[in-house]
Amino acid sequence: MSDGLYTQLLDLACGVFLLAAVLVLWRHELAAIVRAFALQGVALAAIALLLGAHEERGDLTAVGVALGLLRAGVLPYLMRRATAVPADGHGGEEVRETQPLVTVAASLLTAALLTLLAYAVGRPLTRLAPTPATHALPVGLAVVLIGFFVLVTRRRAPAQVVGFLLLDNGITATAFLATSGVPLIVELGVSFDVLLAVLVLQILTTRMREAFGTTDIDDLRELHD
Amino acid sequence: MTHGLGYVAVAGQVTVVAAGAPLLTGWMRQVRARLEGRAGAGVLQPWRDARKLLRKEPVTPVGTGPAFRAAPALLAATAAVAAALLPLLSTDTPVSGHADLIVVVALISLGTIGLALAGLDSGTAFGGMGASREMTVASLVEPTLLLSVFALSIPAGTTNVPAIVAGAIHQPARLASPAGLLAVAALAVAVLAETGRIPVDNPSTHLELTMIHEAMVLEYAGPDLALVEFGAQMRLTLLLGLLSSLFVPWGIATGPSWTALVVALVLFVVKLTVLGALLAAAEVFWAKIRLFRVPELLAGSFLLALLAVTASYFLNGAP
Repeated sequence: MSDGLYTQLLDLACGVFLLAAVLVLWRHELAAIVRAFALQGVALAAIALLLGAHEERGDLTAVGVALGLLRAGVLPYLMRRATAVPADGHGGEEVRETQPLVTVAASLLTAALLTLLAYAVGRPLTRLAPTPATHALPVGLAVVLIGFFVLVTRRRAPAQVVGFLLLDNGITATAFLATSGVPLIVELGVSFDVLLAVLVLQILTTRMREAFGTTDIDDLRELHD
Repeated sequence: MTHGLGYVAVAGQVTVVAAGAPLLTGWMRQVRARLEGRAGAGVLQPWRDARKLLRKEPVTPVGTGPAFRAAPALLAATAAVAAALLPLLSTDTPVSGHADLIVVVALISLGTIGLALAGLDSGTAFGGMGASREMTVASLVEPTLLLSVFALSIPAGTTNVPAIVAGAIHQPARLASPAGLLAVAALAVAVLAETGRIPVDNPSTHLELTMIHEAMVLEYAGPDLALVEFGAQMRLTLLLGLLSSLFVPWGIATGPSWTALVVALVLFVVKLTVLGALLAAAEVFWAKIRLFRVPELLAGSFLLALLAVTASYFLNGAP
């Protein structure tokens, strides 16, 4: 693969990666949020595969394939099961994140500021070793910040889980772009951690819905018998 | 380019936009009608409407001032000047040195502000409401228009629109970058909002809960109404033309030759026909979003434009 093509494809994957985070912030429907998250998983896998192909490292390619399976396949599938409307017809409004703590317009503008902040703090890091991959490093930082923002401003538990996963995607992307690939064993450990966390959160969400009929976190403030 | 041919190109641009604007609107209405299973009024209907309105006696409401009378002419005139400046057919015209991005956006918003003032001037409830809504939309649309083109102007190193377009013709890779893709999405949303098309405003509605553009022009009648409609149609043509020249620039003449100019003309008409058909088809399947969610949509497109600018600055290792 020529250098120019590699740079272009890497930039394109990073652009899609960032765009998917913005889409998560933009949309109200949980189903659409999960779709955007799956898109981000594909972009993340593409980043890993591109790095693997560029540096001709087989283990990195394997990590990319595994990442793609996990982040674009298994995790969105689990999320979709957690957000599915129960068969008894209750919880019709559960499929939408209706009232985030910050309005969507304001949170989009905040995301713009967070992106600029990520670029500002990423510049010294980029200057250490200017390659196409490190130039894209701020994108990973921006997704980390946007993930934090989603995590703290959403009310519904599934939307918060997506925020947590955005954060983790951002960390993974930053690791890949900064170090040209983490060791296989580390990536496997992190991936299984995330999978386990999502499984636990899914069980929690189901329990919450059974107990309270909703996944709105604010309802958990009062003590119940 | 010899100066004579340059002036021909400018005149051609203005003529094509002016004569073609009602036809484009008619074409879009026709596509919509066919997709909805209606026969449609024909492509020439906007011209027939204009002829009918021009024959009527000019009437202005009692108590309206100069803003009300000047707005239609201002709207059409700014659109015509912008049509002369933008590189729709050729990037090498006598006026292309003045075709700065900021000038073009300022011209477009001057027409918007004129119309909003006219809506306020009429003193009716609808006029004021429409003007306030239009300004809400405009305050988010103008920065988006500027920013999304800035993303393309960073690799070109200038905010001169013909220079940006000429650069894009010679280096198509600039458009396939993430910055280009984000910018085209942002600019498309901004163009839809600025021209009052469906996700933001319904151009064929007369329902007071939803209208933005229509509410401002309710008091107009006769030739003034014809001019307002004509101005709005010209803006649609102009902004779709801007979108096509920035992102599908191939075929626009860059040198002094008659054949290039003719090819550019034909391709411009084809591009606008396709864009108009796409937009009309999309409008059939979209619903207009609620007014409260319009700022959300526009903030999203502003964010896309900002990301485009940052991406074009930081990715690519651009200087």
